[in-house]
Amino acid sequence: MSIEAPGPPRPLAAPSEPELETLVFDETLSTYLRQTLQKIRGGQTGVLPLLVGLGIVVIVFQLKASLFLSNQNLANLLTQASFIIVLGFAEVWVLLLGEIDLSVGYNAGIAGALMALMSSAPYNLPWFVAILIGLAASAIIGMLIGAFVILLRLPSFIVSLAFYLALYGVLLKIVALDNYNGSITLSSSKLIGLVQANLPTTAGLIVVIAAVVGASILTVLRDRRRRASGSEVVPFAITAAKVLGLAAAGALLLFVCNANRGVFGIVEGITYAVPIFMGILVLWSFLLARTRFGRNIYAIGGNAEAARRAGVSLGWNRLWAFTLAGLTAGAGGVLYTSANGGATGNIDTNLVLYAVASAVIGGVSLFGGRGKMFHALLGGLFIATIYNGILLIGYDAAVQSIVIGVVLLAGVSVEALSRRRQARS
Amino acid sequence: MLLSLRGVSKSFGAVHALQDVDLDVLAGKVTALVGDNGAGKSTLVKTVAGTWQPTSGEIFWKDQRTSIRTPRDADALGIATVYQDLALCDNLDIVQNMFLGHERLRFRLLDENAMERAARGTLAELSVTTVRSVRQLVASLSGGQRQSVAVARAVMRDAQLVIMDEPTAALGVSQTAQVLALIRTLADRGIGVLLISHNLNDVFSVADRIAVLYLGRLVHSGDVAGYTPQRVVEIITTGTLATAAT
Repeated sequence: MSIEAPGPPRPLAAPSEPELETLVFDETLSTYLRQTLQKIRGGQTGVLPLLVGLGIVVIVFQLKASLFLSNQNLANLLTQASFIIVLGFAEVWVLLLGEIDLSVGYNAGIAGALMALMSSAPYNLPWFVAILIGLAASAIIGMLIGAFVILLRLPSFIVSLAFYLALYGVLLKIVALDNYNGSITLSSSKLIGLVQANLPTTAGLIVVIAAVVGASILTVLRDRRRRASGSEVVPFAITAAKVLGLAAAGALLLFVCNANRGVFGIVEGITYAVPIFMGILVLWSFLLARTRFGRNIYAIGGNAEAARRAGVSLGWNRLWAFTLAGLTAGAGGVLYTSANGGATGNIDTNLVLYAVASAVIGGVSLFGGRGKMFHALLGGLFIATIYNGILLIGYDAAVQSIVIGVVLLAGVSVEALSRRRQARS
Repeated sequence: MLLSLRGVSKSFGAVHALQDVDLDVLAGKVTALVGDNGAGKSTLVKTVAGTWQPTSGEIFWKDQRTSIRTPRDADALGIATVYQDLALCDNLDIVQNMFLGHERLRFRLLDENAMERAARGTLAELSVTTVRSVRQLVASLSGGQRQSVAVARAVMRDAQLVIMDEPTAALGVSQTAQVLALIRTLADRGIGVLLISHNLNDVFSVADRIAVLYLGRLVHSGDVAGYTPQRVVEIITTGTLATAAT
């Protein structure tokens, strides 16, 4: 604690590069690692428990069912994970505000059903127009939920519960339209192919390499710019480790998906779902981390009154977040419907709630202001792994549901405990 | 004269929260506003901050008659209020909090490097040297440090009058000293400070001028040298000086 005597009076002009020895951030690797370890001990565990948990379940499943780590199953798992992950992205928008949206699952169903309807007779709209109509409907539904929450100051839990129930009914009505008998089969090969078709292996190779190299260059450039500007930076070794981790993930994806996994013929390549959800991840993360809008969302979730006093419009920012949640849910519905080759009213009732679960298990706080899109990716992968593995071992949906319930409870308990520990330290 | 109130009154129905208040706040001086609970300190602050409109009376900013209808008007004039609850977002870091609502952009994106430089510069100018990193979350800061961040935010936005509402109420001894030093630094930089405080020790150690509210009336004001803590206590509790002022 240093209290300096006030200096001689001088005008508060533009900062003229003052000397700041005391503020320079110690950036050696050993210090950084020590501080990180301290943070973990202090309760700021980040995604560590989740990664450990994921490692454990992967080992258990592989011991119980040797097919678990087969290329075929892993590619299948990735497909199943894709819409859980995307629904998780949707949920992150509202969770960051400190709100919740229970209806994203059925909102997704509406997008999928509308897409199927519009691409079939008698409408026969082009596939991309059908997708846009589905997405627009979901975005509007999200906006409506937001409007009720914001204008009438209703708890989002109740509003979205009402939409959950009502949207389910609307979904059943849509799939019963025009003499459809409870299901609308996709006829467009493009729409089915979104999830069911794979990128040609060469194209997959090029896309993954381009993404990894591009992301690495951007990361390193950013690191250098921050250093040049005198901003606080993490040790370069950590940046390098991130780049390596990204490269490893890309290589693993190619290794699993570009190998032939067909039993009766050649099946190879990365499903289109992967670049789709990775694209959403990059776009939404960018919005959240690099724009004023994203900053406002975090501020509102952290302390709405502070944000309001700072001149942030609470209503508009929240409305946009709810709308983006709806839009993202729609994207999840497009993937889900594509994976199933059509739309029905029989969406797995658990699936519609996995959105909330994946974001929360991934580490997004239920109380607002803390979490990233990336967390929904990890949480979604975790849930899909359990979803897939339990069935593969030979247990039924009942066990599946119980296990995921227990995992969710464990996830929020770990968060609560670490929060308490953080508060104490 | 930075800010002058002339005959300012504020009524809530039959309750006269402020009656005919004359107050001057000078640039580069710390003006302490003291008074018992319910004396009208908060009402006065909120009137200057634009939260409430005076029922009658005039407000002059740099000798120009003005009206402060909204907090945004106060902001535009250069009046910043640092409230007791500080209005910081715990989940954001120091830089993010200091620029909240006024982020610097480059190609429409957040210019983190420029904001970090400016935030660090302002903290250094205010001799706030106890924070380890400007990228740590505000949740991890001490009460005095949070106060410093809130003040730095006001200063960075070119505030010419900083109103501080009970800045030391929740702080320990060393933290209080830190905040008082900060208040002194502000005044030495030519900024007018209106300090609302219950703590006469603080008032007498940092203020240049003192103004006493009693039941909505400004009963005494003047140079702090003309008062002693005992006399101020007497004015606060009785509204007058029983002993003849010398």
